[in-house]
Amino acid sequence: MKTDSNLEKVLNAGHLAVTSECGPPRGAIPAEVVKKCGYLKGVVDAVNITDNQTAMVRMSSFAASVLTKQQGLHPLLQMVTRDRNRLAMQADILGAYSLGIDTILCLSGDHTKFGDHPMAANVHDIDSIQLIQMVKQMRDEGKFQGGADLKGEPPKMYIGAAANPFADPFELRVMRLAKKINAGADFIQTQCIFNVDKFEKWMEGVRDKGLHEKTHILAGVTPMKSVGAARFMRNKVPGMDVPQDVVDRMAAVPKEQQPEEGVKICIETMERLKKVEGVAGFHIMAIEWEEKVEEIVKGAGLYPRPQV
Amino acid sequence: MEKFEPVIVAFCCHYCAYTAADMAGSQRLPYPANVKIVRVPCSGKVDGLHIIKAFEKGADGVYVAGCLEGDCHFKNGNTRAAKRVKYTAKYLEEIGIEPERLEMVYMSAGMGYRFAQIATEITEKIRELGPSPIKSATAGLKSQVAS
Amino acid sequence: MITAERKPLEELIEYVKPYKRILLLGCNECVTVCAAGGRKEVGLLASGLQMALLKSGSSIDIRQHTLERQCDPEYVEELLPMIDGVEAVMSMACGCGVQQLAMRFKDMPVFPAVNTKFMGASERQGVWAERCKGCGNCVLGETGGICPIARCAKQLMNGPCGGSVSGHCEIGEDTDCVWQLIWDRLKALGREDSYLDITPAKDWRAGGGGGPRKIIREDLAE
Repeated sequence: MKTDSNLEKVLNAGHLAVTSECGPPRGAIPAEVVKKCGYLKGVVDAVNITDNQTAMVRMSSFAASVLTKQQGLHPLLQMVTRDRNRLAMQADILGAYSLGIDTILCLSGDHTKFGDHPMAANVHDIDSIQLIQMVKQMRDEGKFQGGADLKGEPPKMYIGAAANPFADPFELRVMRLAKKINAGADFIQTQCIFNVDKFEKWMEGVRDKGLHEKTHILAGVTPMKSVGAARFMRNKVPGMDVPQDVVDRMAAVPKEQQPEEGVKICIETMERLKKVEGVAGFHIMAIEWEEKVEEIVKGAGLYPRPQV
Repeated sequence: MEKFEPVIVAFCCHYCAYTAADMAGSQRLPYPANVKIVRVPCSGKVDGLHIIKAFEKGADGVYVAGCLEGDCHFKNGNTRAAKRVKYTAKYLEEIGIEPERLEMVYMSAGMGYRFAQIATEITEKIRELGPSPIKSATAGLKSQVAS
Repeated sequence: MITAERKPLEELIEYVKPYKRILLLGCNECVTVCAAGGRKEVGLLASGLQMALLKSGSSIDIRQHTLERQCDPEYVEELLPMIDGVEAVMSMACGCGVQQLAMRFKDMPVFPAVNTKFMGASERQGVWAERCKGCGNCVLGETGGICPIARCAKQLMNGPCGGSVSGHCEIGEDTDCVWQLIWDRLKALGREDSYLDITPAKDWRAGGGGGPRKIIREDLAE
């Protein structure tokens, strides 16, 4: 065991892990974080706390993670390289670990163009792969990125990275995973999967290189609330692959029943993914629909969560 | 009140528009004396600078006349001219001159009647628009200095 | 070359309004190539400014001249005879040239007529695209001659990110995903394996992170 992370314990014990997501509020409203935690307690092994997602300013991932920890859940600190330089990121890692946060997800972050501050600088002092390297160096060597020793016990962070089997160029996506693993990624969360065929193809390449044994891959899934949501994800979100027949399936059902259908599709996808060799668990992204996660976890036969 | 006689500068390409002007003349088709023709080898020779200078020197209206689309003697001189005219019209707006005072027109060498018609139409259009704001301003300044 | 675009005319009118005689200076290098501040653009701007000011009831005498370059003091020195009686200077050169003028003519108000944009190259006539960020430590040898710092919206050194779609950057279809271009190039050169090498975090000191940069050649400097 590299860390004390609950997620690491669950994965190492050989269980299918379950993580979910919580987006902090666009204001200083701790009650909202507490409410979302309420839906997820006991239902997931760790909960991702997003970091200025889609480049919209929100309560910091750090603060929301602390609130989440106080609620008795296991926060997964998401950190994007878009908003901070390496000094700030290392400082946040030390601070987060000092407050009991032991799991981190390293990301580049959506471009500011998509958010509410398109006029801001995109920092990217380092990229996501260099961030993975940096956290690993802090944890395993007790050194800062600049080379100096850090004081005291090194922050034992369980390091995660994102993978998108649906972005282009497809042929690069396995090599990219290899790169992240070589940099030090202990676990991977993928972009949400609707095109299971394409995901299976990616996993073939992944297994071919033995990468599924060097890291733990959590398959991303999302329940769709409506056919409108399905179309939006298909057409407007870069890097997402929503096949037409999935959209059609949502459209074929009357509006009031669409949320139920969306949850159904999500659970069916999870059942199919369980059979794919190399899938170590699931990352359920139910943005602004956190109350559904419990139903999905139960529907996929993954409840109760193992106590490790 | 004296009737306003606009000064119109017409940049005409040698191969089509100027020849059409010639034809209008030989066919005794009348067109207004307001139009001062400047012959250029191709409408694509006309630069934004020529157009702006024309307005600076007192033109009330300017047009660039080239060959019909697809028939330019130099292949794409007229398309380049059209782009420059469009771009220059935006500059005119920045300066404070109505962009309608500038136009791009097309005709073939045999269209004497079209040359005359366009010359007449544009003259009347500019007459209605009135003197170029630059001209009025220059006159205003001169009278200021004089008094 | 360094690319630039002329500032909106109303901004320039505000600059020159208070003066009766100014010197409008063009530059024969980069800004000529990108049609922003060469001899012709000086003529166009002088004419436009004069007409616009006339409209508002004032007049201005605009002396026009174009230097070979404005970023070398030797060329700026040529202006000495022209500067007499001039109340202000407006330069159509990039920021480097404007500052050179201001340093030489310390008592003269100096104004920029263009917004300096980026270091770039011509894609085709009339189209210039950003190519170099002056990061101070060129990696083009490793990326098949294509720059991820200048051309990646997130300046990723180990790209692409998850937003690359059909060869386009997530910010829009008009922008190539440079990592797609780099990958294609590495393939064409038979160097796909090099993709697995992790480029470590960059030392930004060479790229301006250590403060404004200077090059001093001991063999050339007096």
